[in-house]
Amino acid sequence: MEFSGLISYLVFFLSMAGIYGILALGLNMQWGYTGQINIGVAAFFAVGAYTAAIVTTSPSPDYLGGFGLPFVVGLVLAMLVAGVLALFVGLVTLKLRSDYLAIATIGIAEIVRLFLKNEDWLTNGVRGIPAIPRPFGNLGGVDDSVAFLLIVLLMVAGVYWTMQRMFRSPWARVLRAIRADEDAVMASGKNVLRFRTEAFVIGSMFMGLGGALYAHFTGFISPEAFDPMFGTFVVWVMLIAGGSGNNRGALLGAVVIWAVWTMTESLTSMLPGDLVTQASALRVFLIGLLLEIILLTRPQGMLRERPPRPIDDGAGERQAR
Amino acid sequence: MVHFVQILLYGIVLGSVIALGAIGVSLIFGILRFAHFAHGDLMTLGAYLALAGVSGLSLPMFFAFLIGIAGTAAISVGIDRVLYRQLRRVSPIILLISSLGVALMVRSSIQMIWGPDNKIYSGGVTMPWVVEGIRIKPEWIYIVGGAVVLMVLLHLFLQRTRLGKAMRAMSDNADLARVSGIDTEKVIIWTWIIAGVLAAAAGIFLGLDTRLHPIMGWKLLLPVFAAAIFGGIGKPYGAIAGALVIGIAQEFSTLFISPAYKPAVAFGLMVAILVWRPTGLFSGKVL
Repeated sequence: MEFSGLISYLVFFLSMAGIYGILALGLNMQWGYTGQINIGVAAFFAVGAYTAAIVTTSPSPDYLGGFGLPFVVGLVLAMLVAGVLALFVGLVTLKLRSDYLAIATIGIAEIVRLFLKNEDWLTNGVRGIPAIPRPFGNLGGVDDSVAFLLIVLLMVAGVYWTMQRMFRSPWARVLRAIRADEDAVMASGKNVLRFRTEAFVIGSMFMGLGGALYAHFTGFISPEAFDPMFGTFVVWVMLIAGGSGNNRGALLGAVVIWAVWTMTESLTSMLPGDLVTQASALRVFLIGLLLEIILLTRPQGMLRERPPRPIDDGAGERQAR
Repeated sequence: MVHFVQILLYGIVLGSVIALGAIGVSLIFGILRFAHFAHGDLMTLGAYLALAGVSGLSLPMFFAFLIGIAGTAAISVGIDRVLYRQLRRVSPIILLISSLGVALMVRSSIQMIWGPDNKIYSGGVTMPWVVEGIRIKPEWIYIVGGAVVLMVLLHLFLQRTRLGKAMRAMSDNADLARVSGIDTEKVIIWTWIIAGVLAAAAGIFLGLDTRLHPIMGWKLLLPVFAAAIFGGIGKPYGAIAGALVIGIAQEFSTLFISPAYKPAVAFGLMVAILVWRPTGLFSGKVL
């Protein structure tokens, strides 16, 4: 009994860590590679989750859909919708400095939250969307969760591989150059706006993917689950603690911070009832403090960024082969 | 017509509160070159410190107000000394992220000390005056009057004092200000004092008009930023104009769309100004 309980806890832990890992990788594309500040991670996450939920659930009279479409279709659509939202935000703000993007993304996060809460015809409002199916849901018991964990890990691996390939590409070299000196990149004839928009949209699409996986993982979503501040903030702490610009760092940060977060939760849940709300505020405080300490003492994070070595006289090409 | 004036009054009250926050954001933008995301939570902090004065020490509201603004100013300077000053050398973007952490820490501290529930300053509900069918809450006089007094004081400070001139000079060109011998650290400390005082006043006024809640200030952050950008970054007078436009527009929007979407109006106006005229109404800076 004890052992199977441990296994199911481990499966739960790793699935959530994997979903957070995808979010941290998406943010790494925006902040780590390009230097963009997205304070609306929760918005893209929520949009992905709701898109997946609406298209894959069985038909309901309460909200638009469900269309009962396959899992994979839900994932693809979740990424697309998150990407379109990002494109809209990006077109307005990406030609200006990051601060504007940061402000616009809290705006988007707030509007998405209000929209999910108030547009009952689409999202079933505060009642949320229940009974979101899982692929292999008919296996039952632990097998079903293990199968889903494997899917999550496969997605993490896919996103990680894509991010690594991009990191070595000339495309991401331009992104890093934009981060370092935008004017110089513009002077060398690159279309800065296009590169920035691409990075922002791709990062947000990964966040949408994370949201879709989360919807299938929990089986029930409501606007409550997407606190715009905390959902976004914890992903930032993961990326900065792990190491901005380093994909392995992003994943490591996701696992470590998620471990700290869930372990302190199981500690505080043992407290008497009236102290629990106080204790959860204390945990949020400590996460904030952790961020400040990292920024002050080790801004590069646990694993520092390692830009690929410059390629000259074709040596790198031979190596790649 | 009565209905129109009533909504206009709501808009002016809301605009006054937003303006006090937006001036601070605009000053910090101008002097320190970063978007201060903890500003909403400084507003909340001011409101709760005044609550401690009213219900903890049972002081009259005016003295509680002084406690609120002094405490918030002191804490703002403290945060700058401990945190922002160390990070300033790195880059303004790191400051922005750090201020996000500060926002969360301030808010969770408030939750730990005062709890997550709604609070009010005084027990009874004050009866609104009815003039020609228009309802006016007595608190509104204090809110709008207080905001005007603070703005006039700020104007005199910026125009008449040496420090105010130094502040404007640094906002225009920080390097030039430094080489001409302005003590920039002193200007920065005074920027935080002024921003802290105005933010606390905004929070207390908001608490007087409605009630206190740990996320009351955070919810106002979007309109505050929108007002600062709309008016022109680094331009305190622009921030006031922007805040009135946004406050009034938010209230009038309830005639056409669900009141739930008020923050979306601020966002829409901000996007419109960014597309049409990124320097804002008063030709401020573009970051």
